[in-house]
Amino acid sequence: MKNLQLNTEGKLKHFLSIDGLNKEILTEILDTAESFSSMSEQRVKKVPLLRGKTIVNLFFENSTRTRTTFELAATRLSADVLSMNIATSATSKGESLLDTIRNLEAMHVDMFVVRHAISGAGHFIAQNTAPHISVINAGDGQHAHPTQAMLDMFTIRQHKHDFSELKVAIIGDILHSRVARSQIQALNTLGTKEVRVIAPKTLLPSHVESLGVSAFNTLEEGLKGVDVVIMLRLQKERMTSALLPSEREYFKCFGLTEERLKLAKSNAIVMHPGPINRGVEIESSIADGPQSVILQQVSNGIAVRMAIMSLTMQSNGEPL
Amino acid sequence: MKKILISNGQIIDPANKIEQIGNIYIADGKILAVNEQLSDFTADISINAVDNIVCPGFIDLSARLRDPGQSYKGTIASETKAAASAGVTSLCLPADTSPVIDTVAVTELIADKSEKANYNQVYPIGALTQGLAGTELSSMHALKEAGCIAVSNATIPLASLLVARRAMEYASSHDLLVMYHPNVPSLSNNGCAHEGVFATRYGLPGIPEASESIAVAQYLELAELTGCRLHFSQISSRRSAIKIQQAKKYGLKVSADVAIHQLHLTENDIEPFNSSYHVLPPFRTKKDQQSLRESLANGTIDIICSDHQPHDRDAKLGAFPETEPGISSLETLLPLTLRLVHDNAITLSQGIAALTQNPAMTLGIQSGTLSPGLAADICIFDPSLSWTINHDSWKSAGCNTPFWGQTLKGRITHTLQSGKIIYTL
Repeated sequence: MKNLQLNTEGKLKHFLSIDGLNKEILTEILDTAESFSSMSEQRVKKVPLLRGKTIVNLFFENSTRTRTTFELAATRLSADVLSMNIATSATSKGESLLDTIRNLEAMHVDMFVVRHAISGAGHFIAQNTAPHISVINAGDGQHAHPTQAMLDMFTIRQHKHDFSELKVAIIGDILHSRVARSQIQALNTLGTKEVRVIAPKTLLPSHVESLGVSAFNTLEEGLKGVDVVIMLRLQKERMTSALLPSEREYFKCFGLTEERLKLAKSNAIVMHPGPINRGVEIESSIADGPQSVILQQVSNGIAVRMAIMSLTMQSNGEPL
Repeated sequence: MKKILISNGQIIDPANKIEQIGNIYIADGKILAVNEQLSDFTADISINAVDNIVCPGFIDLSARLRDPGQSYKGTIASETKAAASAGVTSLCLPADTSPVIDTVAVTELIADKSEKANYNQVYPIGALTQGLAGTELSSMHALKEAGCIAVSNATIPLASLLVARRAMEYASSHDLLVMYHPNVPSLSNNGCAHEGVFATRYGLPGIPEASESIAVAQYLELAELTGCRLHFSQISSRRSAIKIQQAKKYGLKVSADVAIHQLHLTENDIEPFNSSYHVLPPFRTKKDQQSLRESLANGTIDIICSDHQPHDRDAKLGAFPETEPGISSLETLLPLTLRLVHDNAITLSQGIAALTQNPAMTLGIQSGTLSPGLAADICIFDPSLSWTINHDSWKSAGCNTPFWGQTLKGRITHTLQSGKIIYTL
C-alpha cells in the first residue's frame, strides 16, 4: 500500500503518523524546526510562508495546550486560523465527521489540524478530503500523536545530539498512549540505541516488543543508565477500570522521585508531554528541577509545528 | 417440471464417495440417477458440464440478508441472488434481523419474501431468547414448528451462564440445535482487532483469543451438562480449535464452522485503517490461521461458512473502530475454498464436504448430497475460470469485501435448487 502521507515525489503531504516515514523526512522536520526556533526570540515573530492560506483546527477532543501551539504556529507562518471545538460523543458516526469535513472543504480551506478520540480518524479524513488539503494529526485515539513525538525528538536532539548513543525510557500508561506509540516509532527511526518502556503489565499493550522496545515492569530496573526519561500522564479513569489499584500505589511503584532518578545517567533529561500530575507520576522537585526540560518541550512545540505545517503545504501545490 | 440432464461433468459427491466424470438426471425436481445410462430419459434442458465440476449445492450456515429491517444494506431479493450466483442452495439466516426472529410472524414473513424472490431454502435461525435480550427464553417450540432450523442468540451475549444452561436444556428438549458465537464480552471489551502486533502498532482496542476460547470451554461444559446439540459459529483461534478437538475425541456431540475469510487473511494482511478488514471475530495471527486450516483438514472444524454480512457504504465510512464489522462474502465462498485446495490445505473433496455434506449433517437436513430421490440442489462450477470482483460481476448489495478489485479463480456456472435452474453465468 502506498503511504498516504507522501505525495508522488515522496514529500510530506499529510502528517498522520511517524509510521512509514524515514529518517531523512524526520531529520528534515527537525532541521526546519531549528530554523524557526530562533524566531520566537526576535521582535517580529512572523514569516509570510503561509500568507493567504487558511488552516482549520478541528478539535473533536479538548486540548488547550496542543490547540494553542498549533494556533500560534499557524499565526507565525502568517496563515489565517480557524479553531473549532466540536463537542462530540465517542460514538459519533463517520458520516457526521465526513459532513463536517465536506462543509469546511467547501469554504476553500488549505489544511486541517485534527484531534479526535478514535484511532484512525486522521487517516480517514486524509483519505476523504479534497486533494489540495493537507491533514495534520494532532492526536487520534490511542494511535498517534506525531507532532508531539517530533517536538520531543527536537528537544532530545537539543540536549543529546546523537540518537545512536542514547538509551531512552518511557514510563507510564503505554497501552492507552498515542504519544508513546509515536515517540517509540520516532526514536527507532532516528536510530536510538535502546528504547525501553516501563509500566505494570496492565498498562503495556500485548506484543509491545514488536514496537521495537524492551519492556520492564519495575522502574528501578528500567531506569538504570538511561539518558532520557520520558514520563507519561496517568489518566484518573485508569483507577476505576481495574488497571491500577490507586494513585498512591502507582506513585510508590512508578512515580519518578529524586532517589530513583539517580539510577539514570547523571546528565539525564526528564521529559513529560504534559499536563503533569504532580505527585502521581512525578515529584514536583523533579518537574521543576534542573534536569527537567518540560517547559522547553512546550516552546519547541511551536517551532516543530511550524516546520510540519510549512513542509506539508510546500509539497502540496504551488511553491511558497 | 422440466427434465434436466447434466452431462460429462466431474461429479464430486463426498457423502456418496463419488468422484468421477458422468451424468446426472433430474426429473420432478429430484435427482433421478447419477452416473447411469438412462435410455428412456428425454431431457428438456441439457447442460454440458464438460471440464466443470458438478457437486451438491452449498449450504451456508450463516448469511445475513439484512431483511427484514435493514433493506438499505441488502434485501432477501438481492442477497438470495448473490447466494444463487455463489452456488448456495440453502442458507441459514441468523436471528438478528429487525424485528428479530423470535415470533412465528417474522418466520413467516421471511418465508414469504424468499418465495417472492424465487429462492426457497432460506432457513431462519430462531432467537434463543426473546428479542435476543439474553434473559428470557423464546418460544422455541413454536419457532421450530414455523420452520426455524436451529436457535441462537446471534452475536448478542446472554445475561448469564444460567440462562445459557436453561436455554440449552430447553432447546434440547425440542431437539433443536443451538448455535453459539463464542465470545466473553467483558474480555473482548468492545475491541475491533485481534490483540496482537497490528492492534498494538495502530493503537486499536484489541480482542484477545481468550475471549473466544474461554467461551468455548464454558459452553463445552454446558453441552455436556445439558446434552444439547451444540454448534460453534465462526471460530477464529487456535485455542478454540484445540478445545473442540479434545471435546470431540471425548465424544461430545459438537460441531464448528469457520468463516471462509478467516482461512485466508490474518492481522498481517490488514491495510491500516481500511474498514473492509473490520470483521468479528477479528483476523488473528498466522499461527491461528494455520491451525484453523489444519482443523478443517482433520475434521475438528466441520464446516466452512460465508458469514455473509453485506453493508451499505456509510456503515464502512469512518475511522476503523467506528465502522460496522462484517464482510460481504457469499460470492467469494467458492473461489476462496478452491484457493485452500490450491494451497494444499485440504482436498477438493474435503472442501466440498465442508460446504455441503457436513452442514447438512449438522442441521439434520436431507441435503448436501446427490443421492437419487433427494431434491436436486446442485451447483456446477468452472474451477479454472478467473474473474474480477467489480460492480459488473458482483451481485450482493454490499460491496464490503477486502477482496474487492482482486481477480479470483473459480466461478459458478449453474445453480439448481430443487431441480430449478436459479442461476446461470
